[in-house]
Amino acid sequence: MLSHLAVLQVVVPLLAAPTCLILERARAAWLFACLACLLSLGISIALFMQVEASGPISYALGGWEAPWGIEYRIDALSSFVLLLINLVAAAVIIGANSSLTAELPEPRHSPFYVLFLLCFAGLQGIVATGDAFNVFVFLEISSLATYALVALGRDRRALFAAYQYLIVGTIGATFYLIGIGFLYSLTGTLNMADMAQLLPGLEEQRLVAAAFAFVVIGIAMKLALFPLHGWLPDAYSQAPSMATAFLAASATKVALYLFIRMYFEVLGQDAVNALFPVGKLFLLLGAIAVILASLAAIRQNNVKRVFALSSVGQIGYLVIGVGLGNALGLQAALLHLFNHGLIKAALFIAVAAVVCRVGGSRLEDFRGLGRAMPWTMGGMVIGALSLIGVPLTAGFVSKWYLVLAAMESGLWPLVALVLIGSFIALFYVWRIVEVAYFQPRDGAAVSEAPLMLLLPLWAMALANLYFGIDTSLTVGGSEQAVNFLMGSRP
Amino acid sequence: MADYYNYLIVVLLMVMGLYIVMAQGNLVKKLIGLNIFQTSVFIFYISTAKVSGGTAPIVIDGAELYSNPLPQVLILTAIVVGIATMSLALALVLRIKRAYGSVEEDVILEQDKSC
Repeated sequence: MLSHLAVLQVVVPLLAAPTCLILERARAAWLFACLACLLSLGISIALFMQVEASGPISYALGGWEAPWGIEYRIDALSSFVLLLINLVAAAVIIGANSSLTAELPEPRHSPFYVLFLLCFAGLQGIVATGDAFNVFVFLEISSLATYALVALGRDRRALFAAYQYLIVGTIGATFYLIGIGFLYSLTGTLNMADMAQLLPGLEEQRLVAAAFAFVVIGIAMKLALFPLHGWLPDAYSQAPSMATAFLAASATKVALYLFIRMYFEVLGQDAVNALFPVGKLFLLLGAIAVILASLAAIRQNNVKRVFALSSVGQIGYLVIGVGLGNALGLQAALLHLFNHGLIKAALFIAVAAVVCRVGGSRLEDFRGLGRAMPWTMGGMVIGALSLIGVPLTAGFVSKWYLVLAAMESGLWPLVALVLIGSFIALFYVWRIVEVAYFQPRDGAAVSEAPLMLLLPLWAMALANLYFGIDTSLTVGGSEQAVNFLMGSRP
Repeated sequence: MADYYNYLIVVLLMVMGLYIVMAQGNLVKKLIGLNIFQTSVFIFYISTAKVSGGTAPIVIDGAELYSNPLPQVLILTAIVVGIATMSLALALVLRIKRAYGSVEEDVILEQDKSC
C-alpha cells in the first residue's frame, strides 16, 4: 500500500468525484468529499516525509518502466507543492458546505463537489506526473472542471467569465501541447527527466527555443502572468466564493510549479538564456505586474476583485524570483508560492464567510463588520498583514528572501519595487479594514459566520502566523527543492 | 518544399484558427476558430509520426519499417479532450444565450456595463 502512495494521491480524489455524483444528496456528497480530501492530505504528508527522508520516489504506472511508460515522480519540489494544494483543499472543503448553503441552490451542491474533486485531482496530477504529455491531460482535467466551477456562480456574468477563461485556457493548453510536440519530435521521449538528459546534446537548439516559447506562453496563460492575466479577475470574482478560495490558492501555483519544472529542470535555464534573455523578460513582466495590478486593486469596489487583482500582482513576485535565476531567487519564489497560497486561502475564505452572512462582497457590504463578525474580520486582518508582508507573518518571510535574492544579484531597483508593492498592498487592504472597523453598520444586524467557516479560516490564518515564526518546514522544504533543481543541471 | 506540405497546412490552419478566435465577436464563431486551431495541432502531431517509406503501425508480413504509433495515440487522447472542451463551451454559450438573449460579445458586454 505504501509503495502506491504516489499514484493514490491522484486516484483518491479522481475516484471520489464520480462517487459524489452518485451520492447526490448534498450533505452526503460533502461528507464524502471531506473524507477524500483529508485522506489525500494524509497521503501528501506521508509523501513529504518520505521524500525528505529518502529522496525522490518513482512510480511506474501499470508496471511500465520509464521512459516508455508513464512515470509518477515525487521529488522535493513536487512533494512541497502537493502539501500546499492539499492543505488548501482540506481547508476549503471543510468550509464549503456552509458557504454553498448560502450561495447556491441545493441541487447544485453535489455538482460543486464533483467539480471540486476533479479539479483537485487534475492539479495534483500535474504535480505528481513525470510525463510531459500526461501533464497536458491533467491540465485539461483541472481546467475543464475549473471552467464549470466558475460557471456555477450566482450571477449571469459568471457564465461569460467562464467562457472567456475557457477560450484563454484552451489556447494556453494547446500552446503547451505544440511545445511538447516539438520536444517529442526532437528527443523521441515524453518523460521529463529523460528529456532533460537528451536536450543539451542536440544540435537543433533553435527548435528547442521555439518549443520553449510555446511551452512558456502556454503556461503563462494559465499562470495569469502579465499581460496574459485578463481572464483572472473576472473568473475569480464570479466563481462561488469557496471555489475562488481554492483556485486562487492552488491553480496559479500549480502553473508556476510546471513553469519552474520546465524552465529549470527540463530545458535548463542557462541553455534557454543563451538563446534568449528570458530571465530579464520575467523580471520586467513581473515588475510591471506588481505595480499595475496592485494599482488596479486600489480602485476596485468589490473585495473579491481586489484580492483577485492582488493575486496577479503576487504572481509578479513569483516570476521575479524565477527570473533572478539564482538559488536564493528560486527559493524565494517557492516560499512565496507556498505562503501566498496560505494567504489567499485565508483571505478568500474570509470573503466567503462575509458573503455567507451579508450576501455580497462589495466594499459597502463590509461596513461595521469588525464589530458584527469579529472572528471573521480578525482572520482576514491576519491574512491581509501577511499579504502586505508584516514581520512575524508568512508573507514577510518570502518577501525577505526575495529582497535578499535581489540584493545578491545587485538589482537594487527590485528591492525598491518589493517595498513599493508592499506599500500599495497596504493601501488596498486598508480601504477594507477602514470600512469594516471604522464605519457604522446600518440595516439588519449580522451574526458571526458559522463555525465550519471560521474553523478553516483560522486554520489558514494561524498557519500564516506559524510559518512566519517557525520557518523550518517551508524554508527547509524549499531549500531541498532548490538543491534538487539546481543540482540536476549545474 | 513538398516535404513540408503538411506543416505548411498546419501553420496556415493554426494562424487562421487563432485569428478567428480573436477577431470574431460571435461566441459560436470563436469556438469554430478554437476548434480549427486545436485540429491544426492534431495534424501537426500526426505528421511528425510519419516515417518515410514506413507503413501503418500494424504487424504485417513483409513490412519492416513502421510509422510511429505513439503520436496517434496521444492525439486520440487530445481529441477526446477537445470534444469535452467543445461540449462544455457550447453548453456555456447556450446558457449565455438564455441569460443575455444574445451570443454577440459586444451586446453582452454592453448589457453588463449598463446594470
